[in-house]
Amino acid sequence: MAVEKERRDFLGMALGGFTALGGIAALGAAKRTWDPLPSVKAAGFTTVDLTEMQPNQLAVEKWRGKPIFVLKKTDKMKKDDRDIVVGNDRFFVAIGLCTHLGCIPAYYPDELKFICACHGGQFDTAGRVLKSPPPIPLHIPPFKIDGTKLVLGEEGPEYKKLKAAGLTV
Amino acid sequence: MNKELKILAVVVFFTLVTYWGVEPFAHSQMHKHVEFHDFAYKGLPALKAKGDPAKGKELVTGAGACTGCHGIKVDGMPAPMDAATAVASYGVNPPDLSHVGALMDEKFLADLIKNPAHALKVEHKFNDKRPFPMTSFMGAGGDIDQEVADMVAYLKQVASKEEVTPKEAYEMACGRCHAMRYDKWTQLGETPKFKYEKDEVAYKAKVLDAQDHVRAYMGKLPPDLSIIIRARSEHFLKTFVENPQSQLPGTAMPRVGLTAEGYEKVVKHLEEVGDPSKPARDSLGWKVILYFVIFTVLAYLWKQKIWSKLH
Amino acid sequence: MAHFEKAKNLHDWLNQRLAIDTLRRVLATEYWIPKNINFLWAMGMILATTFGILLISGIFLLMYYKPDVKLAFDSVNYTIMDEVGYGWLWRHIHGVAASVVFLIIYIHMFTGIYYGSYKKGRELIWISGMLLFVTFSAEAFSGYMLPWGQMSYWAGMVITNLFSLGSLELNGLVEWIRGDYVPGDAFLNRFFMLHVLLMPLIIIGLIVFHFGTLRIPHVNNQDGEEIDFDAEAKKYLAGDTKNAKVIRFQWDFLSKDIFVLGVFLIFFFYLVFYHYEFAMDPVNFDPADGLKTPPHIYPEWYFLWSYEILRPFPKDPGLIAFGFAQVIFFLLPFLDRSPNVAPANRRGLFAIWFWVLLIDMIVLTVMGKVPPQGVFNTIGLYAALTFIGLWILLPIITMLEKKK
Repeated sequence: MAVEKERRDFLGMALGGFTALGGIAALGAAKRTWDPLPSVKAAGFTTVDLTEMQPNQLAVEKWRGKPIFVLKKTDKMKKDDRDIVVGNDRFFVAIGLCTHLGCIPAYYPDELKFICACHGGQFDTAGRVLKSPPPIPLHIPPFKIDGTKLVLGEEGPEYKKLKAAGLTV
Repeated sequence: MNKELKILAVVVFFTLVTYWGVEPFAHSQMHKHVEFHDFAYKGLPALKAKGDPAKGKELVTGAGACTGCHGIKVDGMPAPMDAATAVASYGVNPPDLSHVGALMDEKFLADLIKNPAHALKVEHKFNDKRPFPMTSFMGAGGDIDQEVADMVAYLKQVASKEEVTPKEAYEMACGRCHAMRYDKWTQLGETPKFKYEKDEVAYKAKVLDAQDHVRAYMGKLPPDLSIIIRARSEHFLKTFVENPQSQLPGTAMPRVGLTAEGYEKVVKHLEEVGDPSKPARDSLGWKVILYFVIFTVLAYLWKQKIWSKLH
Repeated sequence: MAHFEKAKNLHDWLNQRLAIDTLRRVLATEYWIPKNINFLWAMGMILATTFGILLISGIFLLMYYKPDVKLAFDSVNYTIMDEVGYGWLWRHIHGVAASVVFLIIYIHMFTGIYYGSYKKGRELIWISGMLLFVTFSAEAFSGYMLPWGQMSYWAGMVITNLFSLGSLELNGLVEWIRGDYVPGDAFLNRFFMLHVLLMPLIIIGLIVFHFGTLRIPHVNNQDGEEIDFDAEAKKYLAGDTKNAKVIRFQWDFLSKDIFVLGVFLIFFFYLVFYHYEFAMDPVNFDPADGLKTPPHIYPEWYFLWSYEILRPFPKDPGLIAFGFAQVIFFLLPFLDRSPNVAPANRRGLFAIWFWVLLIDMIVLTVMGKVPPQGVFNTIGLYAALTFIGLWILLPIITMLEKKK
C-alpha cells in the first residue's frame, strides 16, 4: 500500500510540479504587465535649450513629474563644484524639491537664495543648505550636456563625475 | 471508453456544424465574393514606347508641369508648398514622386499622366463643372506616348535610388488622406512633440483644419487606418485597394495604382501599426500549446494510475 | 469559550480552529460521486476554470482600460494591445474565453437535459444553473460594450431599444437605462460597473449556491440510477473500490477532470493564438460611430438563437416570443411531467424531443447570423415556431411516458 501510494504520488507530484512551472511563467507575464509602459519610460527624458536662459532668472522644467530648477549663474554668485559649466556659462541644475519633506522652495533673486515655505529651510545658488531643517543639498538629476542643450534623464560624464565626487546622491 | 469517444464525436460534430453555419457560411451570405486580379490592371494599355529617363526629367520639370505641385525629394526637389497650404489649395496634398516609379504600376502611371480621373477611377465625381485638381498632360509637341514613356522611365530611375520602407509606401499611397493616430501620423505628416500645451493645441487645430479640407474634397473624412488590418479581412483589403469601386461602389476613394509589391509594403506597415503583437503571438503560441500537451499527458498518466484501482 | 489544547503541530493547530479535517472529508475526500459517468461530467470544472481565466485576464485588462467614450477604444486597441507587456495576450485570452465559456455552458446544459439531472431533488441545481446562464449573458453583454467599437455601440443601441417593449413605447425607460438619449458615456460607465463589480459578485454567489444545491442530491450518473451513497461509500472505505458505485471527489473525480481540462486547454489556447476572429469580430475594430450603422449587425454567436426567435415575428408577438424563450428553460423541471430520471435514449418520445430541440437551436443560431432575407426568413420562422411548439408538447410527451 505504501509503495503504491508513493508511485501515485510521484506522478501527482510531477503533474503538480509541471503545473507550478506554468504558474510561474504566468506570473512572469503578469509582472511584465505591471511594468511601466514604453511611453512612460520615453517621457523620462526632457531636453532644455540653455541658450534661452537669462542670468539670475529661474526656469522650472518638468522631468518625470518633478520640478527641475535651472538657473544661469551670474558673477555675483560664488563658483561651486556643483555648477554645470557649458562654454563660458555656469548653471545651477537641481531637482526643485526640498530635501526635508518635498515641498518646492521659492527662489528670491534679490537675495540669491531659495526659501522653502513649509518649514523655513534655505538653499544657496548651488543648492547647498543655508538654514535647516533640510539635511542635505538639493539633488542633482541625471543629465547630459549635448552642445548647448541639457538632456535630463540621461547619465552623462559630467553627472557621473559629480556623483563620484559625492556632490550629489 | 468507446462510449466516451462516441459522445465526444457527437459533441465535436454539432460544435463544428454550428461554427460552420455561424462563420464561413454566414459570412459568405453577408458578403458577395469579389474577384481579385493580382494588381494586373488588365484594363489599362501597355506602354507604347521605350522611355528615355533624361528626356523624361526635362518633361517632368518642364512641359509636364509635374514639379509645379509635386516634390521629388530623392532628386533634390522639395514640394512647392507645405502640407497645410497644399491641402487647403487642392483638397489633398499632392504626393512626393520619389517612390512612385517603384510602388506604382507603369501602365497606371502612364494612364494617370494622360487622364488622372480615369486612372484613379474617380470620373463619377469629377467633370467639366468640377474638374479634377490634377490636370491631364496634353503632350509637349512630340509623340505623346513617347513623352509619357519618357516621364515614366524617369520616375522609375529616380525611384530605384533607394529602397522604399513600408512606412514610406504608406505615406505615399494612403497617408495624404488617411491618418494613423497609433503611428502619430496625420494628413499633415508626422506629429511633432511639443513642450508647451499651447503649441500642441495649435498644431491640433491645424490638423483639424486640414481634415476639413480633405472632408470637403472627398465628401467625408477618410477613416483612420491605425487598426484597419484587424477591422477588414485580407481579401477585402486587397480587392478594395486594387479597385475601390468593386467593394464600395460610388466611393470617393481613388484607385491608387499600387503594384503587388507596393501593396505588400503598405500591408507590412498596416501590420506593424495595427497588429504589432503578431510576431509574439506566433512565437509564443506553439510553446503554450506544447506545454498543455505535456500537461495533458501527465494528467492522463496520473488519472490512469488512480483509476486502475477503481475500474 | 470552546476548549483548546496545546497543538502538536501546524496541522493540529489549524484543525482545532477550523476543523480542516472535517472540511476535507465533507468537501473533498468523502464527497461521493457516482463512478458511472463520462467526460461530460467534467464540464462544470471546465466552467469554473474558464471563469477563473476570465477573472484573472480581466484583472490585468482592468489595470489599463479607460471607461470613457473618448478613451475606451484606444485604451484597448493601442495601450493594451501595443504598449502593455503581454497586454495582447490577456485581451486575446479574455475575448476567446468569453466566447468559449458559452460553448461549455451549452454542452453542460444539454448534458443536464439529456440525463434528466434537473428533477427529483435536483430542481434547484437546474434553476441556479439557469440563473448563472442569465447572469453570464448579462456579464458578456456588458463586457462587449467596453471596447466601444461599432458592434459595441450598435448592439447596445438595439438591445436597450428592446426595453421600449414594442407598442408600449416605453422610451422613457430606455433613456433611463442608458442614462442618456443614446448609448454614450453614462451608458458605458454603468455597464462598466456591472461588468467589473456587480455581475461578478452575483456570479460568484450563484456558483457557491449552485454547489450548495448539488451537495445533498449528489451528482447524477449515466443511467439515472438512484444510488445509496452511504452503502456504497462504506464499500469503498472498506477497500472494495472496484465494486463500489461511488468514487471520491478528491482525487478520483478530480484526476479525470484535470485530464479533460488539459484537452480543453490545448483547444482553448490554439484558438487564443491562431483562430480568434469568431470571438473578436472585425466590425468591432472600427471605433463607435453613432452616425453610421454597419451593413451587418449581429450579436455574439451564443445569443443568436434567442435573437432569431425575436426576428421573424411582427414587433409585439416577437417580443412576447423572445420573453418566452428567456424564461421557458427555467420551467423545464416542472414541464417535464415524467418522474423518470434516465438518459433521453431510454425515455421514448423524449429522445426525439431532445434531438429536435438541439438541432432546432442550432438552426436558429445560424439563421440569426445570416441576413434576414428570402429562404432564411422562412427557415427562421419555422425554427422559431418549432421551438415554441416543442415546449408546449413537452408536458404532453412526458405525461405519456411509461414509468421506469
